[in-house]
Amino acid sequence: MLSRPRHLNRLVPALAIGVLTGCGGPLSTLAPAGPAAREIAFLWYVMLLGGTAITVLVMGLIAMALRRRPADDSDARAERVWIHGWGLGFSAVVLTALLATGIVIGERMLARDDGAPRVQAIAMQWGWQFAQPGPDGNPVTTDGILYVPAGQDFEIAIEARDVIHSFWVPQLGGKMDAIPGRVNLHRLRADAPGRYEGLCAEFCGIGHSDMRFEVVAYDPAAPLPPFLSADDPQDAAAAQPDPVQPQPDPASSQPDPAPETTR
Amino acid sequence: MTDAAQPSAPVTVRFNTPRRALSLHREMAQVWDDEPGLRGILSSVNHGTIGRRFMITAFVFFAIGGVLSMLIRAQLATRDGAFLDTALYNQVFTMHGSIMMFLFAIPMLEGLALWLLPKILGARDMAFPRLSAFGYWCYLIGGTVIVLSLVAGVAPDGGWFMYVPLADATHTPGINADVWLLGVTFVEISAMAAAVEITVTILRVRAPGMPLSRMPLIGWYLLGTSVMMLVGFPPLILGSILLEVERAFDLPFFDVARGGDPLLWQHLFWLFGHPEVYIIFLPAAGALSTIIPVLSGRPILGYGAIVAAIIGLVFLSFGLWVHHMFTVGIPHMALAFFSAASVLVAVPTAVQIFAWIGTMWRGQVQFRLPMLYIMGFFSTFVMGGLTGVMLAIVPFNWQAHDTAFVTAHLHYVLIGGFVFPMMAAVTWWMPLLSGRWRVRGLGEAAFWLIFIGFHGTFFLMHLTGLLGMPRRIAVYPDNPEWEWLNLTSSIFGMVMSAGFALYAFDIVMQALFGRRSWRNPWKAATLDWALPLPAPSYNIASLPGSMGGRALDTADAILPLARGEGFLPGAPRGQRETLVVTAGSGTPVHVAVLPGNTTLPLVTSLAVGSFFAMMLSGLYLLTPIAIAAILWAGWRWGDIMGRADDSDPVAVTDDLMLPQHFMQRETLSLTGVRLLLVAGATLFASLLFGVGFLTVVAPGWPAPPGSLSGTPVMIAMAVALTGMVVALLAAHRVETVRVHAAARSWALLGLAANLMALIALAGLAACLDDPTAHARDALRVVMLGHAAVYGVTATVLAARSWRDAATGRLGALRFGAVPAWRLFQGFWLVTAGLSVVLVVAQEVL
Repeated sequence: MLSRPRHLNRLVPALAIGVLTGCGGPLSTLAPAGPAAREIAFLWYVMLLGGTAITVLVMGLIAMALRRRPADDSDARAERVWIHGWGLGFSAVVLTALLATGIVIGERMLARDDGAPRVQAIAMQWGWQFAQPGPDGNPVTTDGILYVPAGQDFEIAIEARDVIHSFWVPQLGGKMDAIPGRVNLHRLRADAPGRYEGLCAEFCGIGHSDMRFEVVAYDPAAPLPPFLSADDPQDAAAAQPDPVQPQPDPASSQPDPAPETTR
Repeated sequence: MTDAAQPSAPVTVRFNTPRRALSLHREMAQVWDDEPGLRGILSSVNHGTIGRRFMITAFVFFAIGGVLSMLIRAQLATRDGAFLDTALYNQVFTMHGSIMMFLFAIPMLEGLALWLLPKILGARDMAFPRLSAFGYWCYLIGGTVIVLSLVAGVAPDGGWFMYVPLADATHTPGINADVWLLGVTFVEISAMAAAVEITVTILRVRAPGMPLSRMPLIGWYLLGTSVMMLVGFPPLILGSILLEVERAFDLPFFDVARGGDPLLWQHLFWLFGHPEVYIIFLPAAGALSTIIPVLSGRPILGYGAIVAAIIGLVFLSFGLWVHHMFTVGIPHMALAFFSAASVLVAVPTAVQIFAWIGTMWRGQVQFRLPMLYIMGFFSTFVMGGLTGVMLAIVPFNWQAHDTAFVTAHLHYVLIGGFVFPMMAAVTWWMPLLSGRWRVRGLGEAAFWLIFIGFHGTFFLMHLTGLLGMPRRIAVYPDNPEWEWLNLTSSIFGMVMSAGFALYAFDIVMQALFGRRSWRNPWKAATLDWALPLPAPSYNIASLPGSMGGRALDTADAILPLARGEGFLPGAPRGQRETLVVTAGSGTPVHVAVLPGNTTLPLVTSLAVGSFFAMMLSGLYLLTPIAIAAILWAGWRWGDIMGRADDSDPVAVTDDLMLPQHFMQRETLSLTGVRLLLVAGATLFASLLFGVGFLTVVAPGWPAPPGSLSGTPVMIAMAVALTGMVVALLAAHRVETVRVHAAARSWALLGLAANLMALIALAGLAACLDDPTAHARDALRVVMLGHAAVYGVTATVLAARSWRDAATGRLGALRFGAVPAWRLFQGFWLVTAGLSVVLVVAQEVL
């Protein structure tokens, strides 16, 4: 049903660089292109450092425990040091700090209904259908490619037609499940115009491996690019910006792509 | 009784006159040994035999799951892997997860508990030997069917978590999902059986004078495990029943168009699924808390703190299932709560880790083979715990969820937190299991292969996930940046597999060719090492314990115990006997007469299996035959539980006489029934949660108006409830007047009242609205079915009590089946009453 975006082949040289740097790649959470992904990547590096330090510390304690000669401290003192000090005190301090950071960062990423442009994503076995506001404000429906303005937050109303899927654009931010009977709101932002890859992250059957899509962030100040589907033959035209906008067919447009979340 | 590793002073006290150890051994082997030949295989109920079988079978399933994991790694080694087609790949990863969880990890810990508990608590067998055997047969048959489905190409393929709607009849039309739902539920019967009997055994079948507060720590760990199993498995069992009923009969519990909700499945699944992780971890930690102090030559640091940590884990682990659902669109406030709980659960884990390090710090560590595996545990599990904390942080979870990062994390936790400690445990107890010492060098080589292979496979997989590789994809043609990572994982995966093969080889070599081990080779103090090597069928000729200032309660008492100086020596009455104590202080109260070899457990499991087989093959109309067979087998179980005449107290020591369990109300069985009803209450609570969840959260509500009102319905409900109340009063009466002939009439009245209630329930069933129309009506069918199951059970127990009264099995001190009847009758009344209240509330509001 869904064919992979063809232009991927052009990305291969870029990927080679990504492999060399170790953290790149079109789906890498460590090559963030938006504020949500960037904050999470930062959080990851902080946790990686902290986790490494704790691992080294614990392993160091064990290594010393193996080498040391028996201690003859009292049980009460040993419990104070090991149980209350390390077990309760140390872990509680580290964990509380981390938890607070996580909650604050998470709060910043929530959808909050402040008039940000809203697009719609419908997942199905096995492909994605998107609806986004076109040049005249009417929604335009595309398959496999989502068009969003760069440099500003946008909200995605995510739905599923059959089974559970999950909407994920790693370079922009975290994932959100598409669940039958619900509309889940998700908030992302792409810093700069460009193409960002996305995929279905929840196992959804035979076609799960191929359930990819693409997010095209366009410059909102420039003329809008043509909203094309992934398997649209005019895709090549997208490479050369055409001043003439292809008029989207109003008949194919979806209903209002800004429904409220159910609950 | 203590965890002290140092042998205490030589034992001189004694309870009984010493006898010749060899003649005692012969007397006991006569009574306790399995029957010879094939019949012995089918009829054994001995915890040693059953526990060993559980562990060996679990290892076979582990090997099968391991081969599947190698197929996965072979497929993912290159980006265009053409090794498996996608349909088969989906079956393979589903089966890998399901086998490792349900057919390896849980049965492995059950096997260790069954085999070890009576030995380390100073008893001769588990509380319910036939239940051990029954659980094993359910496990073996169910597990075999699940694995054979892979050979037949119809294995489950919806992931080990079986999310709906993907696993419903529309999107998975074949029997693949039914194999999972029915097979796993069948296997879970063994988990519930083990949970009940492990709990009863720890609470009541210990050495005299071993208070709960000073039992070996592994007792606390396994108590925590079994309580979690009692409470943790029912949500999964309920979920599986609901999904199977939806698939088979089109009752909509998860279909959003008809008032269901796919998220209900996720809640029920993870209500089980997360505690499951701790169910697996706690026994492993118990083994660590047993081994580390001995090999450090120092008692465990912070016994009380560790017990508190275990209790904390048991409670906390039920409060964090939602961290598997951070991306389903739950409000951030709720996410923050579950995030906090998920982070908090790291604290009791940290307490244990530092208690172990502190113990090693204060002692002198002997670097023997089990210690090597323990080092493998530390260096793996600590990292797995830390990535677990990272995943508990909501924003990071949004990125890492469902990627290879989680695959890496869970393998660090499960292999680090379960497999390495279990390998330490097996090498630790092998001398007791086989009587032989290990072959030098093999174990070390296996350890290094596994250790290097493991970290080579899974360390880089964290990065694979952060680079965006999702779980459960078969190919990744457009992502060359993942290829070297996957190839590395695949190569090291093969190294790890070679290590496990070598480990198995090492164990087989030790069992066959190792030199004879001397007694108590690790110089441990726990009672398991007070047994002859290898452990005989009866464990110990006289039971260890302490009373009145005399104590034979450490591993050093091995000789006096073998000479019959301890409690309850030999088998003078030709029966299998062990001591029952009070739960808290461990004061001996009576002697339990345990059942001998019998094929009844096998027959019962076949009867239950036939029910599952009929469900699987869609022969729903034949299931009454299977149900009748199950009831018949269940009836037979009651035969040995009572007797028609009074038995005299028996000599436990020269100066202590105790009654046999026939002359007691508070038997082990009654405790077991209570615990079973705890599990039943959890299942019913899960059902109420389901009703509440769908009513409040599911999109397709309120339901269209139903027709469930009017006089006939009210009458049927009233008649049913009246019947239940009358029968409960009758049961109470039967127990009060049990020595009189009136007991028979009262029992008959209870039986008749129950039958009336059942008929009223059947009438109620005829009044229900079409259950395929809306989840509300489907749930009412389930509530009615729930009432019918307990109604039939209570009625059978009423019939059993009537028969006990008729055949003289009731007496001044003999209670027959009456106490169990009262419990089930009360449970039936309460749950049915709550269901009626709920339905009335739905109709009125």
